Amino acid sequence: MTTDYLLLLLSAVFVNNIVMVKILGLCPFMGVSKKLEAAVGMGAATTFVLTLASGSSYLINRYLLGPDLAYLTTLSFIVVIAGIVQFTEMVIQKTSPELYQTLGIYLPLITTNCAVLGVPLLNVQEKHNFMQSLVFGAGSALGFTLVMVLFAGLRERMEGADVPGIFKGSAIAMVTAGLMSLSFMGFSGLIK
Amino acid sequence: MFSALLAMGAIAITLGAVLGFAAIRFRVEGNPLVDKIDAVLPQTQCGQCGYPGCKPYATAIAEGAADINLCPPGGEEGIHKLADLLGTEFKPFGGSTLPKPKSVALIDESTCIGCTLCIQACPVDAIVGAAKQMHTVIASECTGCELCVPPCPVDCISMVPIAETTGNWKWKYPVYAMTPSP
Repeated sequence: MTTDYLLLLLSAVFVNNIVMVKILGLCPFMGVSKKLEAAVGMGAATTFVLTLASGSSYLINRYLLGPDLAYLTTLSFIVVIAGIVQFTEMVIQKTSPELYQTLGIYLPLITTNCAVLGVPLLNVQEKHNFMQSLVFGAGSALGFTLVMVLFAGLRERMEGADVPGIFKGSAIAMVTAGLMSLSFMGFSGLIK
Repeated sequence: MFSALLAMGAIAITLGAVLGFAAIRFRVEGNPLVDKIDAVLPQTQCGQCGYPGCKPYATAIAEGAADINLCPPGGEEGIHKLADLLGTEFKPFGGSTLPKPKSVALIDESTCIGCTLCIQACPVDAIVGAAKQMHTVIASECTGCELCVPPCPVDCISMVPIAETTGNWKWKYPVYAMTPSP
């Protein structure tokens, strides 16, 4: 039982990484990865939102909507996610104004982060129960944070690297993201 | 159809209640970031950044309207502190505001006519004197903001750089330009 959850968590972090393998949530991945501190903050905010969103969207889908109102799934998930992001924004503005300033527009944009909508929808599709939904949500968010931190570290190093003129800035970042995605494919044999 | 409306209504009411509670619980008075930036600035109120004082400059930084490299009295150390606080990159002084050697105002006492205009201009009350009496600058209080220079009708105030002595010498920040070789 515990191993099942551990496997689900590991597979969400590494094997089915939300950014590198499912290619969801690329907007903050490219946008907030210029500074390591900002990337860590973004990862923490997304982890909070994503875990809450997967839990509450499971409850809504199971008890409020049911099979009769299944056509409302996407609509109600978007509403719930928007609410949770608003809540997170208020908490961060109160507790850490520096992080609020650093994240800037990307904080409210968590609402439209497709990873945050994608994970609850995947939960519905895979027929996860409540605990599985929570674990899958938290795992995906941890995977997102891991990739953000790794990528931000790479980009900070690339600032000082000798990059050919035409590849400077976003171009070399895209190439790096592609190579990282390739390397994450290497995890696919991790869980049989 | 009716149950769909009911379900969405329930979600909306619950979220509204939670957000309304959070808005009261996590209310932010003013902008706390402005106070933190203001605490880093040197409080000379000299206006060399182009803003009327340190607080307005702090507000402009917090809003993103001003760059962090506009404060000559703060020096490079001040820019480093601001960059740390805001999580941005260090920027060298740019544009019209260049770091000047640290200096104090000196009043040529034989020329001074005792008009008190410089006293009114001084933001830190470092000039003493009375009407039709000779004025002088308290060197230890002077921040070198140069605000007293333009009002003087007889141009008797000059800025004298402070000589570097063993008493006030400090280690310089190491500066390495990180430009890729072509």
